[in-house]
Amino acid sequence: MSRVRTWFQDNRRNPNAIAYSVFIIAALLYPTIVQFWTGGNGDYLVGIAADGGIYMLMAIGLNVVVGFAGLLDLGYAAFFAIGSYTYAEVASYHLGVTPVDHALHIPFWLALFVGMFIAASAGALLGAPTLRLRGDYLAIVTLGFGEIVPIVFRNGGIWTGGVPGISGLDVPTLPGWFQGPWINQNFAWVPDFRFTTANLTAYYVLMVLLIGMTVVLVHNLYNSRLGRAWMAVREDETAAAASGVNTVTVKLLAFSIGAATSGFAGAFYGAKLSYVSSENFSFIVSVTVLAMVVLGGMGNIPGAMLGAAVLYFILFWLLPSAPSQVESLASSVGLDFLNKAVPNGWPGIAEEISRSKYVIFGLILVGIMLLRPQGLLPSQIRKQELKHEEHEALTVPRQLQS
Amino acid sequence: MAETVQRLRGTFFTLNVNSLLNLAGGIAVLVAIIATLQRVFESGGTYFFQTLGFGLAQGAIFALVALGYTMVYGIIELINFAHGDVFTLGAFFSLAMMPLFGLNPSSSGAGVILPLLGLFVITMLFCALVNITIERVAYRPLRHAPRLAPLITAIGMSSLLEGVMFIWRGPFNLAYPDFLPEQQLSLGGGITIAAKAVFVIILALILMVGLTFFINRSKLGKAMRATAQDRDAAQLMGININRTISATFFIGAALAGAGGIIYGLYYNSVAAFDGFAYGLYAFTAAVFGGIGNVPGAALGGFMIGVIAAMSDGYFTVAWTRPLIFGILIFVLVFRPTGLLGMRVPEK
Repeated sequence: MSRVRTWFQDNRRNPNAIAYSVFIIAALLYPTIVQFWTGGNGDYLVGIAADGGIYMLMAIGLNVVVGFAGLLDLGYAAFFAIGSYTYAEVASYHLGVTPVDHALHIPFWLALFVGMFIAASAGALLGAPTLRLRGDYLAIVTLGFGEIVPIVFRNGGIWTGGVPGISGLDVPTLPGWFQGPWINQNFAWVPDFRFTTANLTAYYVLMVLLIGMTVVLVHNLYNSRLGRAWMAVREDETAAAASGVNTVTVKLLAFSIGAATSGFAGAFYGAKLSYVSSENFSFIVSVTVLAMVVLGGMGNIPGAMLGAAVLYFILFWLLPSAPSQVESLASSVGLDFLNKAVPNGWPGIAEEISRSKYVIFGLILVGIMLLRPQGLLPSQIRKQELKHEEHEALTVPRQLQS
Repeated sequence: MAETVQRLRGTFFTLNVNSLLNLAGGIAVLVAIIATLQRVFESGGTYFFQTLGFGLAQGAIFALVALGYTMVYGIIELINFAHGDVFTLGAFFSLAMMPLFGLNPSSSGAGVILPLLGLFVITMLFCALVNITIERVAYRPLRHAPRLAPLITAIGMSSLLEGVMFIWRGPFNLAYPDFLPEQQLSLGGGITIAAKAVFVIILALILMVGLTFFINRSKLGKAMRATAQDRDAAQLMGININRTISATFFIGAALAGAGGIIYGLYYNSVAAFDGFAYGLYAFTAAVFGGIGNVPGAALGGFMIGVIAAMSDGYFTVAWTRPLIFGILIFVLVFRPTGLLGMRVPEK
């Protein structure tokens, strides 16, 4: 008990500890609160949270690449796509209709790691020749890769299902020994833990577990020798190399670990949606995840998670629901004419609001960078660096800055 | 004997990964060229020259946009993602300004030349002002921030411009009036080239030659080159850095605006989201020619245009995009300085 009390006293002023505590409490209470709020019809809200978890997972992974190692990756969605498509190939009927003529049904729990492994390999393959390029050239290469991968999946013909993609992917199942004796019983307190579209809470619980696992792993990496090497490379590659850091290996590891996390999220995404299509992995996904990391605070794990939560809430919940809200508001205050579309002119206020999402997204990106470049929950180390940089800019030659 | 073995060993066993990659790259390029040549011989000269004309016209527009990318990158090392959308904005703005100059979709003949000239001037000015504003608002405050910061505002500005055009005219393809002559010019021997393509190429070349003269001869051009080389030293020599950078954005956007009109006139259709993909192509062209290098961007633009047209014409349209971005990665891995670029010290 006293240990708990000292922990609280020690961490009262540590924003990261507070953020983690809030995340844990929120994750535990969210389904209950939502169900209570909507009178038991909140299942789809829980599902939305599970989808948001996919973005959170990707933000944690991209934070390793961009925040820890300082490598700018603008094609992160490519690994997400690779993870999803890998899951679709190994856990559906699809391979049965290809020339292979034999459907694979690897269980979800294994397929998750298959998707992760393939995405990590793709990351290593792309990274090996390109990681020696300087900063923005690497950004361009990854951008090109991110543009190529979805198109290759779209043009893949019978192998990737072409434009419509692959549907009918396997759903996760739990073995009976894990479920316990209450399997197939409808007890009120211990619901049958099955992954169906009617039981999105199962996906939510799984997502929370996956995020928790990833956070622990990434946090340990950050505090390891490798994590320190990443920061050294980020700050000054030449100095890091001179101090005995193998910069190529270190950068490749960061790139592959980031790709692995993305592939992991991609496999989950495929299983949750039970469907993959090349349309879902465009450049905007990469930019959104990058914006999440930057908004939250680069180089800080709870920061990236907070950024993901905030931006996901704005982009996928607030903005899609805004048009109908504004429409009902307009008619309730007697401005009904705003809702009517005029041919070749005013498209109606709902349409106008939904069109403005690109403007809002752009304003968010520009606004964050101008007003709070260190992010909502900045890394303490980085914060000091950002402060120092302004003073040093006058005296240190630009060669030494990066 | 021993010497021969030693030499053979030297030839065969010191192949490292890099030279293997180079070898593979060379073979890939060779195979692509041979496959294209084979199809060219199969389908005859008329089709080839049509495709070539289309490719050069398309390349001229790429080159105009690529110049803006390359100039901005040369001077402040920023990939100005908003540039492609400034280009589309040029097409949108000129479309809206047409009634002001008495142009309508049915007008044609020599009467359109003067109003069209006015349209070019006002659109180029407008785009330039937009781009200067973007620089002032989104890039200048971040000049000393970490490299990632202005890149993200650039993406944000790109999204903002796309959103503005989206709200303004909706998501659909807009019809752009067709003022250019439709006939084919004969080059003799049954070979024809579209008059439209010739017009586009000549117009782009005039603009590019003018730009080259400006950069090489004028005082401001000299200031730009000096700022690109070493900003601090240029400042110490009494060059107004902010004004020079603004001028770079001004000229780049003016060329992009002109490119936007030419794009509209050539394709007769424009949509709010065209600019992003087109901008990426143009950026590939800039990288291909050697980023920061003005003649390189022009050359890269024409080459990417021709390659894209050949891929469309002789292979499948669906694979053109991966091909272009594949070239982008390929060039960056094997020759990061591009075709005409020089080794630039890392700043």
